[in-house]
Amino acid sequence: MRAFGALLARELRLAARHGGDTFGALLFFFVAGALFPLAIGPAPEVLARLAPGIVWVCALLAALLPLDRLFGADFEDGSLDQLLLSGLPGSLVALAKAVSHWLVTGLPLLAASLPLAVMLQLPRAALPVLLGGLLMGSAVLSLLGTACAAVVLGARRGGVLLPVLVLPLTVPVLIFGAGAVDAAVAGLPVRPLLLLLGAYLAACIPLCPLAAGAGLSGAVE
Amino acid sequence: MDAGARVDALRRRFKPARRGHSLCFNPPPRPDTVTDVDAIPALAAQQTGPRPVRRTLHRFANPGRFLRLAARVQPWLTGPALLLTLLGLGWGLLFSPADYQQGDAVRIMYVHVPCAWLSTAGYAGLAAASLAALVWRHPLADMAAAEIGPVGALVTALCLATGSLWGKPMWGAWWVWDARLTSELVLFFLYCGHMMLIRAFDDAERGARAGAILALVGVVNLPIIHYSVQWWSTLHQGNSIGLTGSSTMSGSMLWPLAVAALGTTLGFAAIVVARLRAAVMERRLRGLLMAHAESVA
Repeated sequence: MRAFGALLARELRLAARHGGDTFGALLFFFVAGALFPLAIGPAPEVLARLAPGIVWVCALLAALLPLDRLFGADFEDGSLDQLLLSGLPGSLVALAKAVSHWLVTGLPLLAASLPLAVMLQLPRAALPVLLGGLLMGSAVLSLLGTACAAVVLGARRGGVLLPVLVLPLTVPVLIFGAGAVDAAVAGLPVRPLLLLLGAYLAACIPLCPLAAGAGLSGAVE
Repeated sequence: MDAGARVDALRRRFKPARRGHSLCFNPPPRPDTVTDVDAIPALAAQQTGPRPVRRTLHRFANPGRFLRLAARVQPWLTGPALLLTLLGLGWGLLFSPADYQQGDAVRIMYVHVPCAWLSTAGYAGLAAASLAALVWRHPLADMAAAEIGPVGALVTALCLATGSLWGKPMWGAWWVWDARLTSELVLFFLYCGHMMLIRAFDDAERGARAGAILALVGVVNLPIIHYSVQWWSTLHQGNSIGLTGSSTMSGSMLWPLAVAALGTTLGFAAIVVARLRAAVMERRLRGLLMAHAESVA
């Protein structure tokens, strides 16, 4: 547990000292979101209809950006071998990485999604549902992304490969998350969709670190 | 180019795999190794260890044994596959009745449904091979997973294409965002990702391991994707064929469909076995080339 805490603290310290990575993902999120009104026109009713989908897709894409370097730097300079020799199981190393990715990318995206959703004319009543969905959805994405990042470690063109591997797996997240916001806009019950999203998260929490741990031990073998 | 540089180039191209016992690296056969190989079953019979699975499965990890067995099985797969596929398709396309609503357009079913069945069955096979590769480190399972991938992607693409051709006259659109189409599309992406991942590593063994993990993540995810997409939107017709309960399909259509499905399934197996044989021989050849390069150097 202490080793886990130390690893997490190290990751957060690293992220704090390279603030540019988080900022880059946030900026990407905003820029990509701002392109949609330019492309489809500024009509408020059209934007309001599309807003849940735009925010969700942009958040998924933005959260992908830092995944490439999640293990990359540690793998190249050998720290990953040290981490795996530290006695902490590979799956817990991966879990610490996933938690740090979520804290450093997922939570800031959550905060940034609020202004973007308002700018895209999303009805105010749907904002809490959007935030609640993104809270869980970004955690799922961090977990799935960590698993895939561990698997592509050491591959040629890993950065191109990673989105191709992660995005198909996030289909349920997108359906439940954006569906919940749509339901909130339409005045339908959102609870079932959010519960399903929570169930998916609950399944990912134990399984993704296991897969990621297997990937890590394969990478440093 | 001088000999030394050529050997270096060969070395770079045929980087040896790291696994010790695998079939990746076969030195040129010597008489004593051949007798050793033939003694393996006897040794295995003497062994009364607590690992029966390992013993039975790993017998086929021997490339020579696998090639001999596969060469014997191959004609029994290819022949019936061709025969049954042609029979099923001919029966379905020419002699089965037209649908009372869909007319002759229903005949594309005899291609579409077997492809759809094979796309999921192929992924199940891929996942099973991946599991065997991860759990027992079976070298042939690694190669089987790598060889199933492209064939599975092909049938998935065929299923999407025929579905699209069927959809145009029936639904009036080449593509609709229906649940089954979408989950089939996601399956196609999963196949493609798996294929790309396996080939993205310089070290073939590392690629196989990464691909195996990804295949298992994918197979856990597939039912979730399937159901999530189903709740999201459904336009596709419901199941007409059930193993339990009665089918809502007439026997005059069901029989040719069953024959075509059996034929294409055998065809899938035949292609995979042929690819696997080719892959084993290719690795052997590389081993020989490497040994040759080393002896020259």
